Amino acid sequence: MEPRPKSFYALTAFFVLFLIFLYGPTITIAILSFQGPGGGLTFPMRGVSLHWFRDLFEQQAVGDIWGSFYRSFTLGLMVMVTTVIVSVMGGLAFRKRFAGATILFYLIITSLVIPSILVSLGVGLIWSQSGMTVHWSTSGYGAQLTWTLPFGLLIMFAVFNRFDRSYEEAARDLGASPWQVIRHVVLPIIAPSLIGVALFGFTLSYDEFARTLLTSGSYNTLPLEIFGMTTNVTTPVLFALGTLTTVFSLLIIVLFLAVVWFMNRARARQGSDAGKGLL
Amino acid sequence: MRNNSVIGWLLAAPLSLVLLVFLVAPIVMIVVVSFWGATEWSIYPAFQFDNYAFLLTSDVTYRVFLNTLKYAAITWACTLLIGFTVAYYLAFHIRSLTWQVALFLLCTIPFLTSNIIRMISWIPFLGRNGIANSTLISLGVIDEPLEWLLFSDFSVILAFVHLYTLFMVVPIFNTMMRIDKSLIEAAADAGASGWQTLRHVIIPLTKPGIMIGTIFVVALVMGDFITVRFMSGSQSANVGRMIQNDIGLLQYPSAAATAVILLVTVLLLIGTLLRFVDIRKEL
Repeated sequence: MEPRPKSFYALTAFFVLFLIFLYGPTITIAILSFQGPGGGLTFPMRGVSLHWFRDLFEQQAVGDIWGSFYRSFTLGLMVMVTTVIVSVMGGLAFRKRFAGATILFYLIITSLVIPSILVSLGVGLIWSQSGMTVHWSTSGYGAQLTWTLPFGLLIMFAVFNRFDRSYEEAARDLGASPWQVIRHVVLPIIAPSLIGVALFGFTLSYDEFARTLLTSGSYNTLPLEIFGMTTNVTTPVLFALGTLTTVFSLLIIVLFLAVVWFMNRARARQGSDAGKGLL
Repeated sequence: MRNNSVIGWLLAAPLSLVLLVFLVAPIVMIVVVSFWGATEWSIYPAFQFDNYAFLLTSDVTYRVFLNTLKYAAITWACTLLIGFTVAYYLAFHIRSLTWQVALFLLCTIPFLTSNIIRMISWIPFLGRNGIANSTLISLGVIDEPLEWLLFSDFSVILAFVHLYTLFMVVPIFNTMMRIDKSLIEAAADAGASGWQTLRHVIIPLTKPGIMIGTIFVVALVMGDFITVRFMSGSQSANVGRMIQNDIGLLQYPSAAATAVILLVTVLLLIGTLLRFVDIRKEL
């Protein structure tokens, strides 16, 4: 191998600094969440304890965070399933020519770049003016989809741009119906990317704040609850909660990555029988 | 062919339905309400230009819009510099694909965790008695704690850069990975220095990625309200906060009018940027 140029070391230093910048604050609050009972929002640590994590289980200290966690988790799953199904269908649709495809594409881009508060405000106004009550599982759910679907679709566009159509042609030549082509050829090939879409769907929903602000009604989702806490909670219990939700997000990410990894391994093992001769 | 079109329609139907109900209808609703009137506790249908007249004749509007554009411009410059450097390092200096993927994932993971918590996590750093101040004091750089670290324009932009640099890294890295490595070799063979290769080969070929990153960052910063509210301690204003204030006062028509102007601004900006890149081709 040729030797590394000098710029490599400078850029490595830059990259390490970037990672510290990205992760440093999160790691700091993770450490501070173990403050002793008398500790404050910054260093020094006054002892080490699980005091603030215990506080998370006491209603009077933190309000209804477990209820809001349950709502955010349920909503995340709802949004995830919808995002995967609608994105796959949308991705397949855009491979065909249909009237209005261009308009729909620009709507997707609009959905991506529109300021979140507009979705929140607009959906909230529609609901209130037509006499309905906003609820996280109806208006909140729809408002979040306008954020997760563009990401799901962009991933699907990227996937289908790289998709080798000869697999489908081969299947059709062998007499597969259109549905069979999708079910037995297309879906298995794009499956790992769908895990990615699902991961985006869940985490973007689970962390979404602005689009749920005016559309979730009287029952808060977790990010709304946490934001509410920032104005009236001045103890490390806030950091404990932050640490716990971040750990939860990380677990979800690891879980999804593990699924992709196992899928790829299983596929590598049984995917091809080339060179094994006729059975 | 007709049949094909029908299937396309059916496949696109759920997507269209969601976007119609939760994107198009809300925009229409906001435009309609922006012409309505409001009393202190209720809003009533009308067709009047009062909200716009008030907005467009007020100094505050222009100052706030200018401030929002300032945030967008500074954040854009910072995220572009950092994002490009990081993407360049990953794409051209890391030699094995496994490491590239691993380091890339390391860069993207924070995107999938909560923005609010990532903002909160700056408090122990930037506060009056925070890590930054106490480090600087113990190093003897300053005698008094710096007041402008937290709850200032500085902390707002720091948070924006922290939250949104990934939106630059990902598309730029994606474009760079598609650059044919033999072009770089050809440049070197033709006698180009590393700097010249960067300037005349890599940067021009990376432009689509830069454009997509720019679209994300500009849209996110222009539409933000929560970062500015939280990181400035309610001391700075941007358009998003102006809308949110009106909402808090139940002045929905006025909020809607500001929202319409904001939307037009954002769409014009993004529309201009889209002329330079074909998003679908670049994915």
